[in-house]
Amino acid sequence: MIVAESKPIKELLEMVKGFKKILVVGCKGCVTVCNVGGAKEVAILASTIRISGKKEGLDLVVGEHTLERQCDPEYIDELKDIIGDYDAVISIACGVGPQFISERYPATKVFPGVNTKFMGGAVEHGVWSERCAGCGTCVVHLFGGLCPIARCSKSLLNGPCGGSSNGKCEISSDVECIWDTIVLKMMEQDRLDELMEFRPPKSWTTARDGGPRKMIREELVK
Amino acid sequence: MSEHKAGSNLEKVLSAGHFAFTGECGPPQGANVPHLIEKANHLKGVVDAVNVTDNQTAVVRMSSWAASLILLEQGLEPNFQMVCRDRNRLAIQSDILGVYAMGIRNMLCLSGDHQSFGNHPESKNVFDIDSMQLIHTVKTMRDEGKFLNGSDVDVAPKLFIGAACNPFAEPFDFRVYRLAKKISAGADFVQTQCIYNMDKFREFMKRAVDMGLHEKCYILAGVTPMKSVGMALYMSKQVPGMDVPQALVKRLRGAGKGKAAEEGIKFALEQIEEFKEMEGVAGVHLMAIEWEHKVPEIAERAGVLPRPVV
Ligand code: SF4
Ligand code: SF4
Repeated sequence: MIVAESKPIKELLEMVKGFKKILVVGCKGCVTVCNVGGAKEVAILASTIRISGKKEGLDLVVGEHTLERQCDPEYIDELKDIIGDYDAVISIACGVGPQFISERYPATKVFPGVNTKFMGGAVEHGVWSERCAGCGTCVVHLFGGLCPIARCSKSLLNGPCGGSSNGKCEISSDVECIWDTIVLKMMEQDRLDELMEFRPPKSWTTARDGGPRKMIREELVK
Repeated sequence: MSEHKAGSNLEKVLSAGHFAFTGECGPPQGANVPHLIEKANHLKGVVDAVNVTDNQTAVVRMSSWAASLILLEQGLEPNFQMVCRDRNRLAIQSDILGVYAMGIRNMLCLSGDHQSFGNHPESKNVFDIDSMQLIHTVKTMRDEGKFLNGSDVDVAPKLFIGAACNPFAEPFDFRVYRLAKKISAGADFVQTQCIYNMDKFREFMKRAVDMGLHEKCYILAGVTPMKSVGMALYMSKQVPGMDVPQALVKRLRGAGKGKAAEEGIKFALEQIEEFKEMEGVAGVHLMAIEWEHKVPEIAERAGVLPRPVV
């Protein structure tokens, strides 16, 4: 899933300062799963904004709405009858949400309520970790099923570098050295020959480096 | 290894069978040319080549190619270092051509410390290719006259290709294989990380020799004399992939106030003595960090002077 974290409330309040009618829009997708952008978080954020408004003697109108998904125009359309009642929208979906809303409702001021972090998953309760950098040509099978592009701090394809120690990456003892894990796993499985294979420079044309990406599935295009 | 690939002084010294002795010089954090020249001059006639670091520890400094050229003008042979952190494959290949065109003949290929270590942690990193691929890139340009995209290089850069090797990083069992991989990728010589744990290094070299790696590539043992107990503690705790045995810290401490630096040099000299005899070790790479003025004395006491003229 896409993992995001809430923006600090101070930053959000600063963003929407001066707006009287604010709509908070959540999403039932990934951000609900990682507890930052679902109906529950919409309610909490809305009431926090109301309370802070009250403190300043303002009677803010703060609406709440949670869409099935914000990465689908079909659901974004749902806002058409209510969005006109507000002068600002805070989307607490991943970065796709505020953009889809902005594109569909050009007259509305849209603010991002979360910081979108990465593609990953929950490794334990309350802890998420990155797994994929969306390089566009998946090669994890070459590395024992683990991705060095997303998970090695230097995206080395012929790792590990000289900074790997105690299974940790040179950048921080909080960061796993994925190359340590790859090597140990593959050596244990007697796959040293695969590790010894020179991995040539990757073509980044399918990654973001090739420019903004688009995917067309002809058979699905109406 | 008899026919010269680049014809650098370092290559000639090594191929003639001499025990090589290389040094290191970090470019200034500014355009202070006199300071760079002053530091470099301590190494003149004392080492076979001088490594010129490339934004080492991700701290911005004068570019390594420019500092290398300044050394060259001063009559020193640079070992131009290049990291993959700050350049994509276009910049890498054009800099390779540029340094060769200007007379540089040795190049050390590194991944580079992550930018989070340095003084611009906010920067974006590149890592378009890694150190292994960089080695292979230089080799391909040199021996096949081809760029990474397969097109022809108009006059190939004849560089003596160096690589780094850290026997103390983990997983230890894989380290010798990674060295083998670098050699297959094209490394002509390697300089190791600073060695303090001699037992581990002996074991590493034994494995390297068993695999015949010393016959395919010159292995230079990395030595950095400890200046103080504080430095030893810092190295052991703060520098990832550095292995400083407690016994050495104890020894430096035991030397008494004001004598740790001399003890550090003594340890380095003992190491060099052992490396001269150690099977598979072709020389020493002395990294006397901000201690360039001590290098002549260390070289003298280590008995590696005068340097061979080849
Ligand atoms: S190889 Fe590419 S697509 Fe596969 S997990 Fe890594 S970044 Fe994602
Ligand atoms: S320590 Fe490991 S994860 Fe970190 S940059 Fe080096 S190889 Fe990659």
